[in-house]
Formats: sequence, C-alpha cells, structure tokens
Amino acid sequence: MQRPDEQGFFKNLQRWLEPLLVPVLAILTAVILGGIIVKVVNGDPIAAYRGLIQGAFGSPRALSETAVWATPYIFAGLAVAFAFKGGLFNIGAEGQIALGAVFAALIGYALPGWLHTSLPAYIHIPLAVGMGMLAGAIWGGIPGALKAYTGGHEVINTIMMNYIALNLTSFLLNGPMRDPDPTDLSARTPEIAPSARIPPLFNIPGMRVHWGFVLALVVAVIIWWLLWKTTLGFEIRTVGANPDAAKYAGINVKRTIIITMAISGALAGLAGAIEVTALNYRHELGFSTGYGFDAIAIALLGKTNPYGVILAALLFGAMRNGATRMQFLTQIPTDIISVIQALILLFVAADAIIRFIYRIRAHEERVVLTRGWGG
Amino acid sequence: MADDNIVLEAKNITKQFPGVLANDHVNFDLRKGEIHALLGENGAGKTTLMNILYGLHKPDSGEVFVNGKSIVIHSPKDSIQAGIGMVHQHFMLIPVFSVAENVMLGDETTHLGMLDIRAVSQRLQELSKQYGLEVDPSAVVGQLSVGAQQRVEIVKTLYRNASILILDEPTAVLTPQETDDLFRIMRQLTGRGVSIIFITHKLKEVLAVADRITTMRAGKVVGTVQPKETNEAKLASMMVGREVILTVQKEAAHPKEEVLRVEDLHVLDDRDLEVVNGVSFEVHAGEILGIAGVQGNGQTQLAEALTGLRPTKKGKVIIAGKDLSGKPPRPIIETGLAHIPEDRQRHGLVLSYTVADNMVLCNYYLPPFARWGVIQQEKVDENARKLIKDYDVRTPSPYVPTSKLSGGNQQKVIVARELSRDVKLVIASQPTRGLDVGSIEYIHKEIVIMRDRGVGVLLISAELDEIMSLSDRIAVMYRGQIVVVVDARQADREQLGLWMAGAHVEAV
Repeated sequence: MQRPDEQGFFKNLQRWLEPLLVPVLAILTAVILGGIIVKVVNGDPIAAYRGLIQGAFGSPRALSETAVWATPYIFAGLAVAFAFKGGLFNIGAEGQIALGAVFAALIGYALPGWLHTSLPAYIHIPLAVGMGMLAGAIWGGIPGALKAYTGGHEVINTIMMNYIALNLTSFLLNGPMRDPDPTDLSARTPEIAPSARIPPLFNIPGMRVHWGFVLALVVAVIIWWLLWKTTLGFEIRTVGANPDAAKYAGINVKRTIIITMAISGALAGLAGAIEVTALNYRHELGFSTGYGFDAIAIALLGKTNPYGVILAALLFGAMRNGATRMQFLTQIPTDIISVIQALILLFVAADAIIRFIYRIRAHEERVVLTRGWGG
Repeated sequence: MADDNIVLEAKNITKQFPGVLANDHVNFDLRKGEIHALLGENGAGKTTLMNILYGLHKPDSGEVFVNGKSIVIHSPKDSIQAGIGMVHQHFMLIPVFSVAENVMLGDETTHLGMLDIRAVSQRLQELSKQYGLEVDPSAVVGQLSVGAQQRVEIVKTLYRNASILILDEPTAVLTPQETDDLFRIMRQLTGRGVSIIFITHKLKEVLAVADRITTMRAGKVVGTVQPKETNEAKLASMMVGREVILTVQKEAAHPKEEVLRVEDLHVLDDRDLEVVNGVSFEVHAGEILGIAGVQGNGQTQLAEALTGLRPTKKGKVIIAGKDLSGKPPRPIIETGLAHIPEDRQRHGLVLSYTVADNMVLCNYYLPPFARWGVIQQEKVDENARKLIKDYDVRTPSPYVPTSKLSGGNQQKVIVARELSRDVKLVIASQPTRGLDVGSIEYIHKEIVIMRDRGVGVLLISAELDEIMSLSDRIAVMYRGQIVVVVDARQADREQLGLWMAGAHVEAV
C-alpha cells in the first residue's frame, strides 16, 4: 500500500501524462485535418501554420495578445468545468459573462457619480469586479434553484437565461446605460472611471496583457483547491458523481446544486467583469459573442480539470490570436481556426475516434457530463 | 466421444485477463436432460466460462464440443446456432414491448415485409404448452412480475431452438415462491430433453435442484459431486477453500434501553402508493430485530423512511430518545445511526471515488477529517489504512477507485465505514445480498459483534435463513404491515413462511 507519489518518478510522470494523451492527440489530428482542408482549397498549410504560430508566439507582443485572448477563456472555461464536476451542464456562461460585464461597467462608470466622490482603486476595482461576479452568480444560481426545487433541467434553463441576459443587455446598452455622448454612435456604456481600471502588467505601449491574466491563473488554483481539498468541494463532487449516495451521506443535494451553479455563474461573470475593467474599459454590445460557447469546448478539452482548462484556454487564445497574422500572410481566412477548434471538440467529445485511430485502450472512468431530464 | 449423452463439453479452457487467470485449464461437461450446477464465489470464473461458451469471450486455449463436434464460437450468433441459449442475471428485455415482440427481437418473423406477430404468438403458445411455461404473448413485459419476465427470457431461448440453457444466477432476483416455480420449470424442461447449466452461489438451491454440482475456485475446477454425496458445509468449504461456519455463533442477547421506536409509520412509494401503512415496533440496545418478508412488502421504503432518504406521510420515528420524524439523513446519522443500504452501488458508495474517500463518505466534514472546511487528507488516509486492516478489505491500495473492488469487498468498505463510527443503532438492509459465502460469514460476525457491544440492530432481509440465524426477535412484514413479532428462539421456519405469504396470524 503506497501512495502514488511513492512509486517512483516515472510512474508519477506517467500518471500525470496519461490524461493529456487524448487531448494532445485530438489537437494533433485536428491540425492535420485542418492542413488537409487548407491544401484542398489550394492554400499552403505549412505557411498557414507558420503564420499562426508567428502570430501567436512570434514576439513579446504576440505573446501578450495570446494571454489577453486566453484570460476570458480561462475564467469561462473554469465556470463550465466547475459545473461539470458537480454533474451540471452550464450552457449559460454566455449570458452570465454578458451580465458580469454590464454590472462591472455600471459600477465602474456610475458609482463615483452616485456617491458624489471619487473612489480609491483598491475599493472601486473590487466593487466593480465583485458586482460582475454577483450578477453572474445570480444568473447561474436561478437555473440551479430551478433544477433543485422543480427538477427543471439546467441545460434548457441556462439556454433560456442566455436569451434573457442577451436581450436585457441589448436593452440596457441601447437605453438607460448608453453612453450619453452624442458623438458616440455605438450601443455601449460610457468609459469606466480610471479608479475602476485594472492596470496592464507592463508599462509598455502595445503590451495589453493585464493583471486579469494573473488573476485567472490564481483563480484556477483556487478552484482546484476548492474542489479537491475542501469539504464543499467533496460535497460538490459527490453530488456530481452520485447524487443518491450524496443524499445517503447526509449532503444537502439541493443546496449543493444551487451553490455549484452560483459559483459557476460567478466565474463566468468574472470573465465579463475582467474584460470590462482590465481591457475594454466599457461594455459594448456584441463583444463577447461566443466566449461562453467556446468555454464548453475548453472545459471538455481540459478534461474539466482547472489546470487542463488553463492549457486549453491558452491554446484557444493562441489560435484566435494567431489567426489574424495567418490570414494576413497567406490569405487563408481566419474561419479555418473555427474549423480546427470544432474538430478538436469533436475528437475530445467523441474520444472513441481518437482511441481507435491511435489504438489507445479505453479508460474506465468517465466524466459525468449531464444526466437525464429532471434527474 | 465416449459418452453419447454429453451434449456440451469444454476442454482445457484457459482465459487470461490482465492481472487474473480467470479460467485455468477448466473442464466441464453437460449431459442431455440434466441440471448441472456451477457453484463458486464471485470472481471464481463461472461467468467467464459461461461467456466463453456463449461467445462473448474468446478462450486463450481449449476447445468446446457440442454433441461431440468441436466448434468455434466467435459470437453469440454461433452459440445460438449451436443450440445454446443464455438467460442473463439482468434481463435483456424491452419493458414497453409485448412478450411476442421481445421474443422475436433480433430474429423478426415477417410476412410481406410486415412483422408477423400472429405467427410468433402462435409459436409461443405451442412452446408454452410443450414445456409447461405460462406466458401471455400479448402482455407488456414491463407489467409482468420478475418471475414472469424470467420465463419470457427462457421462452426466448427456446424460441430460437435452444436445447442447452445457461441460467446465470437466476434466483438472485426472485422471491422464494418464484424460486420454487423456477425449479419446477427447470425440471419440466429437463424432462423434455433440455439440458441446463445453473450458475449460482446459493448452496441450498444447488442441493435442491441439481443433478451434478461442479465447484470452481480461483479460476480452477475444484471438483464435481452428486448432491446426495455432499452437504452444505462440504460445498461451502469447496467453494471457499477452508472450513466455513454456516451458522452464526452468538450468545443470548441482553437487551437494554430502547434505541429505536417507530409509531404508526405510513410511507408512500415512488408511485405515491402507501406501501408502509401503520407500522409500529421498537429496537433495544443489544438486540437484533429481524424483519422478515417477501421482497416488495414495504421493507425497502420502511428502511428509507427510517434513515431519512424518503419522506414519511405520518407517524413517528424516535432514535435514542430523539424525535427524528421526517428529518433528512444528516441529523439522523449524527444521532448515532449506521446504515448499510440495500442498494450498495446506488446509495452506499461513490464508485469513482477511492476506497479512502468512500470510507469517510458520512463524516468527511467532522474532525479529524476536516478542519475549517478543509479536508485533512492524511487523516483520511490513516483512517482508510486502519479500516482496511481491521475489516480485512481486499484492495491493492486505499487509492484505487472503489469500482475496481469485488462486490464483497465493496460491501466491506460500507460495513467498515458504518460500523466503525460511534453509533447507537444499525439499520442493515439486505446486508449480504449477492455476496459470496466468505463475505457473508464475515458480515454476520460483525453484526453480532455490534449487538454484543450494546448497539441496537434492525436487520431487514428477504433471506429467511439470514433472519433466523441472526435475529433475537423476528418481525414479519406483509403488505406494509408488521403482522407478528416473535422470539427468534421459538420461531418456526414453516410458520414464518406462512406468515410471510399472508397467512392469518393466530394468537401467539
């Protein structure tokens, strides 16, 4: 009877690498297939990928932009992965991100006016970001409560909450929260006060990477710790793995479902809040289209593990960022990146394909994605 | 072949799985018209051998002969072709289909491209007359009793012209009455030339119905005997490989104060039918109260209501003097309840969790396992190592997923977790269902130890033998009510059986 970490370095290494196998092969296969598609449309796949890599990693500035792209992906990916661990499928990250952004922006530009005073950054930033998280938590918690008390399935309800959130955002940005400046023709909020802005990491023009990226990494570690080291995490994972056993063990299953969805929503809200306070300094209609849905792919590619989510988010960020450079160099449209991302998701979700191609024996343990209606 | 009567023979079958030699040069034969029981503990290799005969596994070496001819079985299709039919422990039926539709599934009879249900129904009626098996071709399978569903499975194999039947643990899901019916059917079938392989680990049944008994242990055949030249004790020691004490050894009980009091309890089932209607009884510290009854008379819902898993409609549950009626599981557990649940994989364990995590499933949040909401992993690990040793759980390490353990060891994980806590009351539902002789012996011993330590035990079991050998007092449950409570020393097996079947209770 030995702890796994007493079994020697290689055994340990193998244990860490084994879960990476399928995602890595899925990415490889998707990249090869993407290359074939480029070739079919008379492009040069080698040049395309070279452009992609250059655009994503080729310079300090490219690296900075990759991190900028990856930041909301990490938060939103953690949101979806966290819900998966509790046996819940949060498709509502998109709406939770939007509301997180709206409310962070509101506190960012309006609070000093309401209080008739300027605020120090160390109060204003946490208030703005915290408000965004709270909005996300409520928006995630509502479908959680519906699931717990009525059995309404969270997949349906989070999708419905997305529509409400997106239309509510559209109303607010076109109406009460619209920038009063008559020269501003976009549907967007006024700029947030300087005291609500999260500063960039480096004081170099063009380097947009900000402290929000560092926060994303820290939050990933906190989420890992919460899931695996705390009693709350034990409860969430138990409800996710076997709700009947959780009830038997005396865990309040309903409460745990609501908490799980609220934390998941708060993480998605954080994604929106950080985009507003650290990058755009305002919320604009249509800025986040797709983050919440890419987050599902990222959570799956990261095997619902917080550290896996970081790696997957960096990959997606690099691809999104490098795509522009690739298009500029080779005239291959950036849409090919969406194709490759879709292929990655396909191979990760239907991992039997990858296991068949590379002859990998199936692993018994499976991620419980979601259960039947009203389960 | 020397013996014309042999319809099926497996010679020198060897099958290696990663880490286990499941079948080690196994020889097995089946004569025409006999019931040949294959006996062994879980993991002895019975099911592997049958899966090889049925074409679900390929042997690494060895040969299979049917009617003297060597055949190669690649898939169940080949074995059906050779006249072998298998009835699995878990039925392979579609509940919303009729009997006739289920029977023809995979082998549909058509007329002008349309399903010909009439022809199938006719053939079914002929078969049920020929073999004395009652089935209604138009009945919907989901509405049939478990015993009737099993008959459908048997008819399904006969419909495909099977003359060799493999019954895998067929009695595990049956009531005693249904078991008797099944044995009657098995004899009728063999009387009409069908040969049956009967897989089980229940000794009484083997002695009651088999013509020959082959015992397997750890992948090898231990021996083949006739029922008349053996007995339960001999078979048990063949199975386990050592002497087994089949009767539970215990001193007289010394009941003390009341630890569980149930007053006029009413409980609904999932369909909102009142399946527990007006149950009252009490359990004292230091005694075992056994609740006997045929499965489905409300025992499951009673146990769930007492442990907080199911709401109560009316009535009182008082544990250790505390009124816990309608409370959720946690306050009940904290008052001092240990619960060995009926469905161990659904309620008792999180199969994907490690053994160590499952061993703190009910007290992970209490010191020393948690402080300020943070789990103290080294305490959890320490606890697991101690319990694995104390309760003899066979696991390669505390860190393997519990799903990798055998059924008996999974149950030991639950028993260790529940009985090692400081409790006043144990509620054990079907604590040994589906387990092998060795594990049953062990769990019975642990329950008696708890009693002698002054804990009250409520034992709910459909196995009358288990109830009779463990209990100090026996309550019989019938149609949601306790019809009688008797002293176990004066209990009579026949009389209990009659009460369980609903016979009127005279003054006792």
